[in-house]
Amino acid sequence: MDKKTCLYDKHVALGALMSPFGGFIMPIQYSNITDEHQAVRNHCGVFDVSHMGEVRITGPDAERYVNHIFTNDVTDAPTGQIYYGMMLYPNGGTVDDLLVYKMGADDFFLVINAANIDKDVAWMEEHKAGFDITLDHQSDTYGQLAVQGPEAEDVVETVLGLKVSDLKFYTAKTIPAGGEELIVSRTGYTGEDGFEIYGSHTYIIEAWDALLSSNRCKPCGLGCRDTLRFEVGLPLYGDELSADISPVMAGLSMFCKLDKAEFIGKEALVQQKAEGVSQKLVGIELADKAIPRHGYTVLHDGQPVGSVTTGYHCISVDKSVCMALVDTHVAKLGTALQVQIRKKVFDGTVVKKKFYEKHYKK
Amino acid sequence: MATFESGLRYSESHEYVRTEGEYAYIGISDYAQHALGNIVYVDMPEVDDEVSAGEEFGAVESVKAASDLISPVSGTVVEVNSALDDEPELLNKDAFANWIIKVQMSDPSELDSLMDVEAYKAHCEA
Repeated sequence: MDKKTCLYDKHVALGALMSPFGGFIMPIQYSNITDEHQAVRNHCGVFDVSHMGEVRITGPDAERYVNHIFTNDVTDAPTGQIYYGMMLYPNGGTVDDLLVYKMGADDFFLVINAANIDKDVAWMEEHKAGFDITLDHQSDTYGQLAVQGPEAEDVVETVLGLKVSDLKFYTAKTIPAGGEELIVSRTGYTGEDGFEIYGSHTYIIEAWDALLSSNRCKPCGLGCRDTLRFEVGLPLYGDELSADISPVMAGLSMFCKLDKAEFIGKEALVQQKAEGVSQKLVGIELADKAIPRHGYTVLHDGQPVGSVTTGYHCISVDKSVCMALVDTHVAKLGTALQVQIRKKVFDGTVVKKKFYEKHYKK
Repeated sequence: MATFESGLRYSESHEYVRTEGEYAYIGISDYAQHALGNIVYVDMPEVDDEVSAGEEFGAVESVKAASDLISPVSGTVVEVNSALDDEPELLNKDAFANWIIKVQMSDPSELDSLMDVEAYKAHCEA
């Protein structure tokens, strides 16, 4: 049985196309994916991302524990700083990718993917022995909105009355509102400037209504969330990262601090860096308009060399492109590859995974 | 709201057939284009390809997904609507005016197993 977010009734009332995603029944689109995508690139869109999971880690060993399960380095992190990284299996495969918010001394807020909540929480519980921490699973406590786009700062300040202009990219702060403490961060998953707001279900419903009735902000579904993140080369767990895909294979080594004393999976990554990996994530641009989709076979001189992880006809640049996991010997920029799309084979070229430039406000 | 055109035959997978003697113009219904949303690519067979009733002959792609095109009749492709190569969105604008392939039917009796507009309307509402 799929769960519902606190905004489920709002989505249904708006006539959204609803579909299961990550254990939740979520809005895919309200009007159409292209219009919602363009609203975020050019103006402002709001997403219900209440399906995301939240875990709070507190206690004297909180920093040491987070450093143990997380690839990035939170040592002596300033309060409000946010880190992107992964939790790994000992073999280097990915448990999940996540954001870690440093909320205060001995206090971290972890944001995990909806589809992985049960698995992640079990993983965290399993690895807390020997650490003096409290692990509080708060996914049912928080609703979450993502307000994204070049006008997001003004919309959040004027419509919601939250002072966010002082927030730098990848930082967070708490803001009191209606008797509760919101967590607000300058983050997102679209390649545009924007904010993510964590609050009670009551607050999230009020904020959603205020944003929509302001007419400053278009409701946006998970359909365009995927096209937006894809264009700027951001990975999605299940496509570009998985138990079989390490961050080294996915080109995300910069978020794995191998100079850290230890973390689960470190030895495997050190070995992968030293010996190389058999497959790597690449971008492929097709000459034709045909659309490469997840799972389609990638060929080199007629031989299968990998498969597509995500592909679209890219909305912002009007090209058919994909990310694909391919054998390392054909992963060099400029290599001619082909993608099998149903019965036909289409020519493509290895390009950078970023198909459209990010527009973060740093 | 989706529109329905009378005088055509329809398949359960939402293709329509407009017949002209031994020729069948095959496209997707207005109901189907509505359900798909913005169509961004149409994968069509080539002239002289054989198509079989009930079998896939191409695909219509929206931003999010590819939907197979299933041929309602058997025969030989004699023409494809190449305008859809550059303007796949024509299917969104007028699905009935923009057929996808023209087939020379090998067994016109296959048309009998397709739905008329009233039956198709009921199928879509079910």
